[in-house]
Amino acid sequence: MSETWSDEDYARIRRDAEAIVARYPDFPRSALGPMLHLVQSEDGFVSPRGIALCSEVLDLSRAEVSAVATFYSQYRRHPNGQYNVGVCVNPLCGVMGGELIWEALSGHLGVGHDETTEDGLITLEALECNAACDHAPVVMVNWEFFDHQTPASALAIVEDLRAGVDIHPTRGADKVHTFKEVSRVLAGFEDGHADEGPSAGEPSLLGKRIAEENGWRAPRADEPTDSGATPAAGTERVGEEHSSAAHKPATEGDVSPEKVEKPGVDEPDADEPAKEEK
Amino acid sequence: MSVTEPGTLSPVLTELWGVDRSWTLDVYREHGGYRAWEKAQGMDPADIVSLVKDSGIRGRGGAGFPTGLKWSFLPKPDGGPTYLVVNADESEPGTCKDIPLMMANPHVLIEGMAITAYAIRCNHAFIYLRGEVVHVYRRLLAAVREAREAGLLGTGLGPDGDYDLDITVHAGAGAYICGEETALLDSLEGRRGQPRLKPPFPAVAGLYARPTVVNNVESVASVPGIIGRGVDWFKAMGTEKSTGHGIFSVSGHVANPGQFEAPLGITMRTLIDLAGGMRDGRRLKFWTPGGSSTPIFTEEHLDVPLDFDSVAAAGSMLGTRALQVFDETTSVVRVVRGWTDFYQHESCGKCTPCREGTFWMRQVMHRLEAGKGLPGDVDLLLDVAGNILGRSFCALGDAAATPIQSAIKYFRDEFEAGYTTPASELFPYAASARFSEVGIR
Repeated sequence: MSETWSDEDYARIRRDAEAIVARYPDFPRSALGPMLHLVQSEDGFVSPRGIALCSEVLDLSRAEVSAVATFYSQYRRHPNGQYNVGVCVNPLCGVMGGELIWEALSGHLGVGHDETTEDGLITLEALECNAACDHAPVVMVNWEFFDHQTPASALAIVEDLRAGVDIHPTRGADKVHTFKEVSRVLAGFEDGHADEGPSAGEPSLLGKRIAEENGWRAPRADEPTDSGATPAAGTERVGEEHSSAAHKPATEGDVSPEKVEKPGVDEPDADEPAKEEK
Repeated sequence: MSVTEPGTLSPVLTELWGVDRSWTLDVYREHGGYRAWEKAQGMDPADIVSLVKDSGIRGRGGAGFPTGLKWSFLPKPDGGPTYLVVNADESEPGTCKDIPLMMANPHVLIEGMAITAYAIRCNHAFIYLRGEVVHVYRRLLAAVREAREAGLLGTGLGPDGDYDLDITVHAGAGAYICGEETALLDSLEGRRGQPRLKPPFPAVAGLYARPTVVNNVESVASVPGIIGRGVDWFKAMGTEKSTGHGIFSVSGHVANPGQFEAPLGITMRTLIDLAGGMRDGRRLKFWTPGGSSTPIFTEEHLDVPLDFDSVAAAGSMLGTRALQVFDETTSVVRVVRGWTDFYQHESCGKCTPCREGTFWMRQVMHRLEAGKGLPGDVDLLLDVAGNILGRSFCALGDAAATPIQSAIKYFRDEFEAGYTTPASELFPYAASARFSEVGIR
């Protein structure tokens, strides 16, 4: 790989990078993450010339860019295969068969975690939980869902890839696009495939189906504000008069957040053993 | 106003799932979408905050902090920006509700964001989506574009046409820690995703050091229902202190894993029954109420109401309602070894107890699984876990300690068997798999 892009390529990539920066008018550095996905969409990994581009556009040192790039598992430090085949081995999927699938694929391809086949086609990855546990065991190819996998079905996926045959996710685009193409989506550029694929997988619909069969529903309410119809936009004004918005600051508690806390009420999460999303 | 009783299950957010082209603006609107946003634009922002407070809704991302209260901690406007950031970094092992929600119905999240942003006077809101789900990202990008093109976002909103709102959907790049709200904010600022010391809390100094509300996807997506159908409607579901509906994700060794949206307070016994019972009539061994970070439960906890306080009183946490079910074929040592691998891998390295402790616990768990444990290893694990718990900036360290502590509490003999016998001998691994393709290797 050349140390620099051609002038033409550089200009094109730089335009894309600046389009990313424009999404974050208050703080350009927020663009760094998507910009690293953009670099991968060009070079298949976070290349030295990509790091240089990010540092130029964002006025960061190359070390600052590298420090971020090496923190996240999706940013590759060496060229990724055209297809990233990830097997979830986190315990739920792992116990349900993910570990057996992993061993089958690793043995078959002759590569381990974060290693790429000699032809540059497939990088194998042992994944952590990918939020599809009700479809376990799960395999992700270029971040598209392949649900309810078995060793045989996973082997069929990689054999199709080797034969140059399109592969089709259970829930996702009609076919799996290349690592570089998908990286461009992750940089925030639409690829026109959003309307492909199903609304949801079957397990996701199980509760809804059972509820329908049993006539179970959420409560039905008379509309809280009037006789049934939801008011049309702008026809209803609530809280105009006497609302707290009309209240002028009268005490220190009205202007300082520290003072408006109720006694005995902790700040968000302060007393919580779990945290948002963890 | 009268409200009917909810059923055993109460689909609200999941109602549109499976409908043809459910992710498009047209279909969402045909089913009543964006009426709550229209209604909200005729309301005083402070009244929206009050309604959400009155609804009693508690955060659906794990911690269970009251959502409306979190909003009310924002300081008074000072002329500078306020931000709303939606935590869509769903990565807690076992948790799989937000991803299908955003894939099937991204507009309910966007409508909730519009109402929330308007209520807190935010003009630029963000969705921080984990990067490993490209199709969900496609649908979110398309949905925001559609909403903008339809004039539901953009400029000239609100009763006086002077309110502007833009939404940026940001893809992460693979780091569990970014689900922690302050690590998420650092990541969104283009840095390594490492947690900040709190206080200050994000409400005071969040994104770009400005007042920020960080809410989970399901919390924000619940807002249109509260505004559109009312507080009484919402409170007709759930328990007194855990109001409303929630998605319960049942995975593992049940006959039919799946998503079940129900009033908070449903029991695991009911959910396993709805999932067709245990697979092959096998016996339940252990389960997690809210993902791998929550202490495990066993058969004795099947009748605990799955609400925040009842689960806490029984010694665990409701977390994200990620109900991972393991039957009698499963080695608990193997499962805890896998979770320990996970926490070691995902520890961001900022705090010494978590970084070093997970490294050592991982080694001990591996030798126990291999049947090569050393006498005293179980006590060593408890000692290390006890020295991580409560000694790090964020809850990842605690999360690494709790599976070990709770599993030893219920299955100490099995851990001690790891001094002499490999887990795969005690519990042949093929028996736990969903398929029966054994020997394919």
